[in-house]
Amino acid sequence: MTDTTLTPPSDTSNAPTPHKIKSILEPDALTRKRNAAEARFKIYGIVAIAIGLFFLVALLWAILANGLGAFQQTFLKVDIPLNQEQIEAAEKSVVKTSKYRAIIDGAFAKELTDANITTDMSARDLQKLFSSGAAATVREYALANPDRIGSTVTFELVASSRVDGYLKGRVKREDLVEDKNLDAAHLDLSDQLEDAGILEKRFNWAFITGTDASDSRPEQAGIGASMIGSFFMMLVVLFLSLPIGVAASIYLEEFAPQNRVTDLIEVNISNLAAVPSIVFGILGLAVFIQFMHLPQSAPLVGGLVLTLMTLPTIIISTRASLKAVPPSIRDAALGIGASKMQSIFHHVLPLAMPGILTGTIIGLAQALGETAPLLLIGMVGFIASNYPDGVAAGFFSPNSAMPAQIYEWAKRADPAFYERAWGGIIVLLIFLMTMNIIAIILRRRFERRW
Amino acid sequence: MNEMPNIEQANEMTASKISADKVQVYYGDTHAIKDVDIEIEPRTVTAFIGPSGCGKSTFLRTLNRMNDTIDICRVEGSIKIDGEDIYDPKVDPVQLRAKVGMVFQKPNPFPKSIYDNIAYGPRIHGLARNKSELDDIVSSSLQKAGLWEEVKNRLDEPGTGMSGGQQQRLCIARAIAVSPEVILMDEPCSALDPIATAKVEELIDELRENFTIVIVTHSMQQAARVSQRTAFFHLGVLVEEGPTQEIFTNPKDKRTQDYITGRFG
Repeated sequence: MTDTTLTPPSDTSNAPTPHKIKSILEPDALTRKRNAAEARFKIYGIVAIAIGLFFLVALLWAILANGLGAFQQTFLKVDIPLNQEQIEAAEKSVVKTSKYRAIIDGAFAKELTDANITTDMSARDLQKLFSSGAAATVREYALANPDRIGSTVTFELVASSRVDGYLKGRVKREDLVEDKNLDAAHLDLSDQLEDAGILEKRFNWAFITGTDASDSRPEQAGIGASMIGSFFMMLVVLFLSLPIGVAASIYLEEFAPQNRVTDLIEVNISNLAAVPSIVFGILGLAVFIQFMHLPQSAPLVGGLVLTLMTLPTIIISTRASLKAVPPSIRDAALGIGASKMQSIFHHVLPLAMPGILTGTIIGLAQALGETAPLLLIGMVGFIASNYPDGVAAGFFSPNSAMPAQIYEWAKRADPAFYERAWGGIIVLLIFLMTMNIIAIILRRRFERRW
Repeated sequence: MNEMPNIEQANEMTASKISADKVQVYYGDTHAIKDVDIEIEPRTVTAFIGPSGCGKSTFLRTLNRMNDTIDICRVEGSIKIDGEDIYDPKVDPVQLRAKVGMVFQKPNPFPKSIYDNIAYGPRIHGLARNKSELDDIVSSSLQKAGLWEEVKNRLDEPGTGMSGGQQQRLCIARAIAVSPEVILMDEPCSALDPIATAKVEELIDELRENFTIVIVTHSMQQAARVSQRTAFFHLGVLVEEGPTQEIFTNPKDKRTQDYITGRFG
């Protein structure tokens, strides 16, 4: 085809001029065709990038629009006089928080009269403005600070999720028609309270630092404990998979003889990288929990399972970066009498380090976002644990992980939890970005000029 | 060693530094080197010449067992250095390579400072007891390689930042630093410009005083300029070996004559 187009068409027609001078100022048919193909290809590329960017923006927008609300929380500012007799009486009763609730009721009624707000709602109805955890907050404070008993303390009590949703625009008046928890009168009162400065929406640290809460208290649920769970899991993954993976790759790449056994191992490592993560979960359940009797729901077990999952990724990328180190460096070291191990550890490994770090961070990022294997070792479900006290407890006591926590929230019915799930995704992404930034800084330090 | 009178070198077979006897090298099923016998004299420059793929580099690399790094490579026959068989199972190739240094085709300094490039060898072989001894080794190696004046004020700069010719001389200095007895050079000037080449050749001529040098080269002019003895390889066979003068003016073998007159290769 090329030949036919290249032959000048004037050959037969014009005999006396044997060679027609071809102008390069005018592109010929073939050049035009090639240029058009190139231009088309560029357009495909731009379109592909545009589609990618569109989805990225759409994703980020969806996450931020849905999740930013979780970082804000509505609080009710109430001055509560901590009366010695009242507290003693409350501590003696069977259902202690109900007595504390009465204390809040009294204080809140006083707040209302002080602010000149009149309402015909009963104390029981007014309670619905507060989170059901409010009484516990007061009680914990009173028990933790016995010296403040007798004085009046300003509490910022968490408002109920409906009131919170109303201030965030999630709950509308028309939604409340069939709602038993709250009615329009509460919302009118909320407006008045907001004007009086008693009801206030502000940044919610408790979401970032807090622990999970039961189904009825979405306003108190936080991702902090599961963040610690994820952190300890990542520690296990990093400190197991990096040394094991790098050692295995160095052996396979530099020392192992090339034969059928090593070929088989290589093929299987590549296969492992493609095994669905839930398979690793069931393996972890069988080996670590049922056979080795390690504690269920513990970040240690989660970390072990995720290590299995991460190893192939690290091995594959480490081997690729070891292969990419020019053989001349190995020759140079061997040529002046370095042993094989010296040449690898002094020269090859430092040069392969940036690649190894890239692989490690990809593996860790995958592990951080993995939910399926955690399902099987019991790291999902309602784990409203307190923070682990100490490092050992961080590894061994039951905890959740961020993606598992997000999954938990997403499947609960209350839309307030749904908001938390999106918020959790934002925290997860920030956690991931922090990890990436650390890896990039480390990689910069290892990178050398040639 | 150094006090040995120079006259002794050329005469006797027993005086040769390296003696190869019926060396065969196989790459898998390929018979790359066939029946090579050669005596290499101490403190001379011996050049290996021949067309591409004739096996001269392969044979050079058998002299410090760099071929060991290739799995499928197999060496038969005997190669003796100072009368000791280097393929004896008792020989540790690492120790051998400290005695038989190597300079490669492409300058390959470590991506480290100039100082560390030179100091690496003495460090791993424990040649210096303290920092000042190491400093001495570095400066004397750079002096011997004729690089000292150019780099003495920037020893902490990366070795990879120098020009190609300087890099190659740095590699030679690095090889000298572990005080080898033999230095193998695999086309050391093929990546260099004529001026850098001239400098390296000059250096090789100076190094002859203290080291036995074997150099593989594609350039017959270079072989003629730097070497005292020349060996011509063709298709894995050592065709002819003798004083450089003779090989170039009066070759015994037809193939040698054809090659040096440019009929093939």
